Amino acid sequence: MSAHEHALADHRPDAGPNHGAEEPHGTLREYVIGFLLSVVLTAIPFWLVMGDVTWSKQTIAFVIMGFAAVQMVVHMVYFLHMTPRSEDGWTLTSLVFTLILVVITLAGSLWVMYHLDTNMMPQHEASQPL
Amino acid sequence: MGHALTAEQAAARTLFHVVDEHDHEAGGSTLLGFWIYLMSDCLIFAVLFACYGVLGGNYAAGPGPKDLFDLSLVAVNTSMLLLSSITYGFAMLASYRKQVAATQFWLAVTGLFGAAFLGIELYEFAHMIHVGATPQRSAFLSAFFTLVGTHGLHVTFGIVWLITLMVQIGKQGLNKANARRLACLSLFWHFLDVIWIGVFTFVYLMGMLR
Repeated sequence: MSAHEHALADHRPDAGPNHGAEEPHGTLREYVIGFLLSVVLTAIPFWLVMGDVTWSKQTIAFVIMGFAAVQMVVHMVYFLHMTPRSEDGWTLTSLVFTLILVVITLAGSLWVMYHLDTNMMPQHEASQPL
Repeated sequence: MGHALTAEQAAARTLFHVVDEHDHEAGGSTLLGFWIYLMSDCLIFAVLFACYGVLGGNYAAGPGPKDLFDLSLVAVNTSMLLLSSITYGFAMLASYRKQVAATQFWLAVTGLFGAAFLGIELYEFAHMIHVGATPQRSAFLSAFFTLVGTHGLHVTFGIVWLITLMVQIGKQGLNKANARRLACLSLFWHFLDVIWIGVFTFVYLMGMLR
């Protein structure tokens, strides 16, 4: 978006929703911070699994899932420039809606199929849902 | 949108829509539309992740993650995608400053990192298929190839789009339409990186923990 458009937008501050003038706009600082954070947030989980860490597998699994969640948020904020205000809040609304569906899909599938497995397949190679 | 009304109008009747005229620039809703497409893509990946979560432990007495995955290769792969993310950011910053040559340079670097990512992934797939770990071998491998392959396919199309955009910028410069396309591809590229976080955590790292 050019400075010219910014100037246009500034001329009519009360003109209602200003479609098209809300392109997310990153700065060098944002990109560098995002990159450094994601390097750290990627390196630690890899080290936890590849290095000689004596924690239990379950602890490591929970910790690396936490790191993944944090890194996703970092990418959303610093690379995808998500703010609650972008596109009058519609990007965030659709994201929240999608996340609800994602959680239902993932948790629902794992939960239901885990019970199906334990009830119906008492063999030696039983599934081990994550 | 009450603030868009004059007090007089607001008093006269209750309105449920914006009455005053405002600009609908050409392509003004493209970014939101593209975002909604990405959200639908997100649902595709959610289903594939759910599939992998359910079937990921069914090896059918075949090879499991520990026999097949090479984490150092995955680490290199992940860094390729991360580097391509920040170089795409540099391309965006150059495009804001209307520097065509710098934009093209950073887009090319991004494309090369993307190609390196794909190359490493294809090498991994070829190795797995070579040792007999084909998608037909077990439910775990079917789910693995579908999930990781779908992500790789997205990266492939991202690179095709990136090359197309470089040609368009070369021909038309950084006009408004190309700036919009750059912003859309930026969303797509960074979105693929977000999905990859899920893949390397859920599939590779958790797979090694089983």
